Amino acid sequence: MSAPTTAAGAPAPRASAARAFVALCERDLWVTVRHEPLAFLSQALLQPIFFLFVFGRVLPEIGAARGAYGTALLPGIMALTLVLTALQNTALPLVIEFSFTKEIEDRLLAPLPVAAVAVQKMLIAALRGIVAAILILPLGELILPGGIHLGGASWGALAAILVFGSLTAAGMGLVLGTAVPPNRISVAFALVLTPLIFTGAAFYPWASLATLRWFQVVTLLNPLTYVSEGMRAALTALPHLGAGWVALGLGVSLALFGALGVLGFVRRAVD
Amino acid sequence: MPATDLVRVEALSKRYGPDGPEAVAGIDFAVREGELFGLLGPNGAGKTTTIGVVTTRVRPTAGRVLVDGLDVSADPVAVKRRIAVVPQLSNLDRTLTAIENLTFHAAYFGTPRAERRARAREVLARLGLEGREHDNVRTYSGGMAQRLMIARALMHEPRLLILDEPTTGLDPQSRLFLWDTMLDLKRAGVTLVLTTHDMVEADRLCDRIAIMDHGRVIALDTPQALRRLLPAEHGLDLVLEGGDDPAAAFGALNGGVRVETSAAGEGRWRVRLYGDGVDEGLAERALGVAREAGRPLVELRRIEGTLEDVFVHLTGRGLR
Repeated sequence: MSAPTTAAGAPAPRASAARAFVALCERDLWVTVRHEPLAFLSQALLQPIFFLFVFGRVLPEIGAARGAYGTALLPGIMALTLVLTALQNTALPLVIEFSFTKEIEDRLLAPLPVAAVAVQKMLIAALRGIVAAILILPLGELILPGGIHLGGASWGALAAILVFGSLTAAGMGLVLGTAVPPNRISVAFALVLTPLIFTGAAFYPWASLATLRWFQVVTLLNPLTYVSEGMRAALTALPHLGAGWVALGLGVSLALFGALGVLGFVRRAVD
Repeated sequence: MPATDLVRVEALSKRYGPDGPEAVAGIDFAVREGELFGLLGPNGAGKTTTIGVVTTRVRPTAGRVLVDGLDVSADPVAVKRRIAVVPQLSNLDRTLTAIENLTFHAAYFGTPRAERRARAREVLARLGLEGREHDNVRTYSGGMAQRLMIARALMHEPRLLILDEPTTGLDPQSRLFLWDTMLDLKRAGVTLVLTTHDMVEADRLCDRIAIMDHGRVIALDTPQALRRLLPAEHGLDLVLEGGDDPAAAFGALNGGVRVETSAAGEGRWRVRLYGDGVDEGLAERALGVAREAGRPLVELRRIEGTLEDVFVHLTGRGLR
């Protein structure tokens, strides 16, 4: 073995927290695109494809739903895909990386604050959620009987909902992934995901719950409701929660889950 | 702080949770720039917690740790730029190939894109991993994973390399290779801190060793000096021809030399010399005594306690 050239010189002179942050993002994007694009797409899109097909096509076909149901359903499925993808892409990897593979350690030793590692995780998960949600549009065009109609869409509002909705969900994933002990994660997922999916106004416009008042109130506790209603507002002319309520609901959720998630991450990372 | 200390641990203690046990109970030591420092102790002695504080992963309950003059708690990011850690169990990025593990690690530390690959190839070659750089790390054996983690640690040219029980579970070839690698790095000016249960490893590699037990440093010295902590296990062992007990003849040595004799069978006697009077000239003097007594020498052996004896002497035999 030849003599190493390593010399104890100045410590990593180019290292900076910003460079480390960008490099961590590069690593995650590289993995998504080069090493597991199929895993990402199937995890993100399989469920929404079946929701669109069964609720948007099969039920109207057999007369169990009205033909126009697809119009109300599409924004809901986009919201659901956005939230579930972002949430699962923080929670699941965190559980695995903290407990089993320990892969997180190399990131925690990178020259940036531990909280920034958490924020970076949220950012990438949010980005994955956004990509998955946008892919629902062409899928809807293919699957729904009447296709999709985006004539009156407000693209700015859509962009805002995508960004804030996915970050909120990533924060929820961070809370779940760091607060739940790894041996309980499957139970936690079952307990959290099912209510999240079905109380989030994804399959029904919130306003239509007026006759079921107690349930309508319950749905307001679910951040997904604000994402679904925001999507409906951006993409359709259907009645929806006011923009101010959507903004408030998302703002509060993002602040709450973002802060709790980063805090949980730091507590998990540093004993 | 003297310029020669790269790591200073000052009155460090750590309690996990308010009612938890004290994993580290107020320890002080320093690691000098350029030395290979060993941290020895039974399971649960506090080694991993101590390493955890140095590597910014564990927050001290009291006391502080300085790396290159920087307080680890106050400026963890600057400390992380100076250190690298090779953990006991693989924490390689399993979705990446071997070389990607290295290039992304270098990217975290700001190495320009153009330099990352060249440096990764150089480090891989140094650790004998050429030809496998595009394999997924999931296909790596334990020894290869260990070498790849060292390669990764070297990517950002750390001043301080910390290895947590690096040779546990390795085959003899991998272990020897790792020892050579550590010594090469030391020659190149890298300061190394090593935790281990392996006494042979500690004895052969370390310039100085701190022995920890129950959260305290109970001994800190060079391996040679630590072995001298066992006076009764330090001396000479002779076998002489002749049927009579030679105890009386060796009584003339005195000067703090204790003599123990026993029949060794086949008309021979065994003489054991130990105690405070043991010194460099004892063998010469003992041979003189044997010659004068007309007892031909059959065997002469130096008795020296191993580091393991010292370790057990200091930490006891109880299971942890």
